[in-house]
Amino acid sequence: MTGTTHRTHVSYIDRTRHYYAALGYPKPYVYAHHLDVPFAPLAKPLSESRVALVTTASPWCDDPTDHVHAVWSGSSATPPDKLYTDNLAWDKESTHTRDVESFLPLRKLAEAAASGRIGSVSPRFYGVPTEYSQNRTVRQDAPAVLAMCRDDAVDVALIAAL
Amino acid sequence: MSLVSRHLEANGIATVVIGSARDIVEECGVSRFVFNDFPLGNPIGKPDDAAMQRATVSIALDLLETARLPRTTVQTPFRWSEDESWREVYARVDPDRIEALRREGDARRAQQAAAKGQGAV
Repeated sequence: MTGTTHRTHVSYIDRTRHYYAALGYPKPYVYAHHLDVPFAPLAKPLSESRVALVTTASPWCDDPTDHVHAVWSGSSATPPDKLYTDNLAWDKESTHTRDVESFLPLRKLAEAAASGRIGSVSPRFYGVPTEYSQNRTVRQDAPAVLAMCRDDAVDVALIAAL
Repeated sequence: MSLVSRHLEANGIATVVIGSARDIVEECGVSRFVFNDFPLGNPIGKPDDAAMQRATVSIALDLLETARLPRTTVQTPFRWSEDESWREVYARVDPDRIEALRREGDARRAQQAAAKGQGAV
């Protein structure tokens, strides 16, 4: 039966597959799958590391047709009160995204810096659009985020996807 | 986002992915993953629950120090609600909406074809 899994957590791959089949799309989306996984150890203690946040949300816009669908950045020092998320696939019946800290915790990260748990917060946070094309993410968006991380001397990134 | 994480890791930047779509993140394969078993939308914690959000960030920071191998997943102890019915909500296909969903799909495809046509001009 659609939606039923035998594990507690939701199988979004199965759910999305059934949903798009019901919409009449002939071929299911093939999610990225890798056997090898790169692993970068911490280069220095967290208390000396610069930490950045990465989000899938876009800058706020009143007109949805204007929303930014590209890699972008914002100032970590002035956390946005709202971000545009309507274009993303999240559970709009069960919850809401009016509290930005529930998906982009800039204030909590600033607290971690103030207490000495981390060295500092990157001056910018980064936004990455969710792309249907994995090729576009790998070839265009991920390198753009890496370049900004390097410009900001980032050691560590917390990546929160809605 | 898992693909972004992998690219940063391959280039020497340590990352933690924080999210609620466990199967999608683990299918892709990332170095470190903090899983909040919540409806999609609030990976850091429930809206307006600052203590929970703070705890999730803290768990993510701890994981950076403790993970020794890639594909290390940590699940937070948080529960979205006593009522578990939210698990059936996202992208559900109600039997009585099959026709409506099909029409929605047709409309979407027509829109996509029109956009493609415009782009080609």
